[in-house]
Amino acid sequence: MSRETPLHAAHDAAGATFTDFGGWDMPVEFDSIRTEHAAVREACGRFDVSHMGEVVISGADAERLTQRLTTNDATALDPGEAHYAAATREDGVMLDDTVVYRLPEATDGEFLLVPNAGHDEEAVDRWEEYADEQGFDVSVDNRTAEYGLIALQGPDAPDLLADETDLDVDDMGRFEVTEGTVAGVDALVATTGYTGEAGFELFVPWNETGAVWDAFDVQRCGLGARDTLRLEMGFLLSGQDFDPEDEPRTPYEAGIDFVVKLDTEFVGRDALEQQYEEGPDEELVGLELIDRGVPREGYEVTTPDGEHLGHVTSGTMSPTLGDPIALAYLPSEYTSPDEIVRVVVRGEPKKARTSVPPFLNR
Amino acid sequence: MSFDVPDDCRYLESHEWVRLEDGAARIGVSDFAQDELGDVVFVELPAAGDELSRDEDFGVVESIKAVSDVYAPISGTVTAVNEALENEPELLNEDPYGEGWLVEVEPADEDELDELLSPEAYRDQIE
Repeated sequence: MSRETPLHAAHDAAGATFTDFGGWDMPVEFDSIRTEHAAVREACGRFDVSHMGEVVISGADAERLTQRLTTNDATALDPGEAHYAAATREDGVMLDDTVVYRLPEATDGEFLLVPNAGHDEEAVDRWEEYADEQGFDVSVDNRTAEYGLIALQGPDAPDLLADETDLDVDDMGRFEVTEGTVAGVDALVATTGYTGEAGFELFVPWNETGAVWDAFDVQRCGLGARDTLRLEMGFLLSGQDFDPEDEPRTPYEAGIDFVVKLDTEFVGRDALEQQYEEGPDEELVGLELIDRGVPREGYEVTTPDGEHLGHVTSGTMSPTLGDPIALAYLPSEYTSPDEIVRVVVRGEPKKARTSVPPFLNR
Repeated sequence: MSFDVPDDCRYLESHEWVRLEDGAARIGVSDFAQDELGDVVFVELPAAGDELSRDEDFGVVESIKAVSDVYAPISGTVTAVNEALENEPELLNEDPYGEGWLVEVEPADEDELDELLSPEAYRDQIE
């Protein structure tokens, strides 16, 4: 039985199509991916991302624990700041990616992690076990069922939110989090998102998610548009562009070097330091098809002579650019832009060139 | 939601339509199918002169989210291909029975049409 967000019935009534995603029955599409995608790039769209996990870490050793289990430098975060990070295992392979929020002072908790859909329990287990091993004084609370999460994304998002909140949203920089009210509901308001646009993520009490959702009369967007928006930015999709079992990749291979702070102590640091010094054998690159066709997940990538190089992990026709784009792990000699390769589309080798993501400048 | 199912076409269970016009058979995909696919971004079609065999795939329609083969409702020789779809694949969404047609064939055997779904039967299938 799939989990449902507090807005499931509202999405159904709005005519959404649904799919299982990380154990949640989630809306894929309301109107059309093209319409939803364009709304976010040009105006504003709203997403129900209540399937994302919320794990709150508190206690005397909250910072030490967060530091040890994420690759970024948790000690660098002041209250009200956030950053993107990877959770790695001993060999440097990414288990998940997450935004780490250092909660504003006076909030009930120290750090908030947002694991991907279906990864909340696994995150809690891992954090509790590691804390026990180390004798850390922390408490790890899974609040996934307590928080609804709405993403408001697009150039108009700040003005729209300003009308519904007591916060001065113009004062907020990127990757900040603060407490305020939205549509009269107590919320954590964060200037984060996964579309490349200005926008907000609103953590609200589960039972009041509907009131906040309804306060914004802008395009409803599903997972389909989120996928095309994030891919244009070259943002990774957990379980697809990396996965500890099916696509074991380190942050260096996945091209998110900026989340790795080798001068801090974390699980997987030694393995990553070695990879940093030697350079990864394979790295994630962008591909732009020159021939006609659409690259899709799993399609083989070869040299012009047909020699195997790798496979596409994410691919689509970019709604903004009108061009076919993809991500693929290729041997490191193919990571510079404008290398010519082939993507095998249903048996046909199609000419493509490598590029450095993002595909869209924002 | 109700989908357009014109009375002057016959249908395959896999959602292709065929309409006979002056001895030529025009083939496309149904309103229901284009809605299921979502935004069509790429169409791959045979060339004029190619032979289609009934029930066999002859091309590919891709939307942002999915790839679908398209199947021939009847056998015959391709006499025309809708080249407008190369630059405007969205025509398939906007006008599936008109500007968004796929190919025209000279039917090998017009009796094959009688074995396809009637508009009533196809409406029953997609309801």
